[in-house]
Amino acid sequence: MKCTVCRAPAVIDVRRHNANFCVEHFLRLCRDQVARTIKDFDMLAPGDHVLVAISGGKDSLALWDILVELGYEADGLYLGLGIGDYSDSSAEHARAFATERGLQLVEVDLPRDHGFDIPAGSRAAKRVPCSACGLSKRHLFDDAARKGSYDVVATGHNLDDEAAVLFGNVLHWQSDYLGRQLPVLPERDGFPRKVKPLVRLGERETAAYCVLRGIDYIVEECPMAAGNKHLGYKEALNAIEATSPGSKHEFYFGFLARAAGRFAADAQGDREHLRPCASCGAPTTGETCAFCKLVARAAGEAVGVPVDLGPRR
Amino acid sequence: MKVRLRNPKREVDVDGPVRVHALLERLQISRETVLVIRGDTLVPGDVLLADDDVVEIRPVISGGAA
Repeated sequence: MKCTVCRAPAVIDVRRHNANFCVEHFLRLCRDQVARTIKDFDMLAPGDHVLVAISGGKDSLALWDILVELGYEADGLYLGLGIGDYSDSSAEHARAFATERGLQLVEVDLPRDHGFDIPAGSRAAKRVPCSACGLSKRHLFDDAARKGSYDVVATGHNLDDEAAVLFGNVLHWQSDYLGRQLPVLPERDGFPRKVKPLVRLGERETAAYCVLRGIDYIVEECPMAAGNKHLGYKEALNAIEATSPGSKHEFYFGFLARAAGRFAADAQGDREHLRPCASCGAPTTGETCAFCKLVARAAGEAVGVPVDLGPRR
Repeated sequence: MKVRLRNPKREVDVDGPVRVHALLERLQISRETVLVIRGDTLVPGDVLLADDDVVEIRPVISGGAA
């Protein structure tokens, strides 16, 4: 198998591009795809101070690496979620990446700073772990960006993530979520700008990028994600992609080009009456924001107790 | 050859030589969901793996809905 660009031996095929790449040209492809995404969606401006949400996994570390390679001033934010050995290991990968490259990693620890971990929050709120985790992450990303005076929060959502979320939102006709499922959410009402520069890269590509760049990421999956709906949607989409390469790209980018705008009004409804949370000051539609409610509910829960995942959620 | 797999972590012996695509088919693994790694680099689907190779089949699908 030869590199489509230079005819040197290839190390990876990317079927949706109908192309093969050597190391040099694959790394260049990844950087070019991210640079194009940033430009096309007007994600970042020169001089922006970027906060990259870091999990220690392939996507976030690839994103941080590429943004630095592209010349952006980017710090990392690691959230310790208290998910046992998984959190310990992911923190080590995030710290090692930052230390080896002389980058700044901001750390927030949910148990230490807010008195609960994700298993406890999940039990207290009677939410599935991914829901309590997502709520906490969104709040803490916004909070860290405000406190650190960052211009923008960048997350490692890739094409597979976005296609799977879109699949779920369409399946259940979540029109408000569809109206917000954009690669850029502009700054407004106290929320920082949020961008997803990896949406042109599939997760096989971000993993390959890390291997070829020598980035040591946490390969193990979060134990709480096992069996969740999101993984099921990915499995369904990958079955389609296997026989029709490019389907995920066409699904997601076709949505952005031809359908997302039709749902914009549905996404506005709950943002018209935002006010500061009585507890933490974050923008919210109620008296108290969802995160502070979660903190209060989880206050009586023991930390360090694994959640019962059940056979299937 | 030694083939290292994850989720759960395990190692299986497979007779070589065999091409990467054929190895994945034999193990019933979709090529879109993994990388095949030998040493510190990737091996594409048409590469012939030797009987004394050690390879890792690394899943790339990750999870939370957040």
